[in-house]
Amino acid sequence: MLPLVNELIDFVIVSVALLAIGIYGLATKRNAIRMLFAIEMIVNAANLNLIAFARFIPNSQGQTLTLFSIAIAAAEVAVGLALIIVAYRMYKNIDIADFRSLKG
Amino acid sequence: MADTVFLALSVLTIGSAIAALEIRSLIYGSIALMVTLSGIAGFFLLADAPFVAMFQISVYVGSIAVLILFTVMLVRRELIFNKIEDPRRRYAGIGLMIIIMVGLGTIIIGSGLKTITTDSPPVDFKKIGEDFLTYYSPALVVMALILASAVIGALVLARREDVTTGQRTD
Repeated sequence: MLPLVNELIDFVIVSVALLAIGIYGLATKRNAIRMLFAIEMIVNAANLNLIAFARFIPNSQGQTLTLFSIAIAAAEVAVGLALIIVAYRMYKNIDIADFRSLKG
Repeated sequence: MADTVFLALSVLTIGSAIAALEIRSLIYGSIALMVTLSGIAGFFLLADAPFVAMFQISVYVGSIAVLILFTVMLVRRELIFNKIEDPRRRYAGIGLMIIIMVGLGTIIIGSGLKTITTDSPPVDFKKIGEDFLTYYSPALVVMALILASAVIGALVLARREDVTTGQRTD
């Protein structure tokens, strides 16, 4: 195994960049599928942080929690896409500005 | 200091993350998202977590990306290329992104994270299996139930009531 040349701060900086891009997408996009993309990016930034800190402690529990997190994210995407399909069938659009009556 | 592989991987990941949000077609956007997720798997490999990297590839690139692609294809064609956006909102979003990047970046660079290095060998991935079967075994069972309920919930949500058996509306 090669020695680790990257430092913890590098991983954290990449994670912060991904988080910022995800929040930008969540704030500006009105397309429901693109908002789902942004959520995926934020979740992946969190996973990257977990793995990086788990490597530098070092501890196996970070990797275990990342596996749980990936599985939860998969479930969330499945339900989110089902909701988008239902909303598309009702409104014939995936623009979230059109989903007005979901407000109740 | 980061090596060249790390730098190339971070450019690929962040560039394709921006492309996934900004490219015009949703189909190319989802392919760019696939590249981002593969880049994250590469980071997992660099952080000596090969098992999690393989899990990431099989779950995200293998199933979620395909799910997103099929959903995009179910949507009407003009909606895929449609891009309505308020320009003021866009500038506000870019400002928010820069504030978060610079603010969190300076906090993190100024913190003590820079001095953390390790000489210890990487965690053996057999330890993950031990974790799953000992300390985290109740969580693993709950996770299985959550996945099952999510799949059933997605199926119930996406079902069409107006189509009976033997009748198709294309």
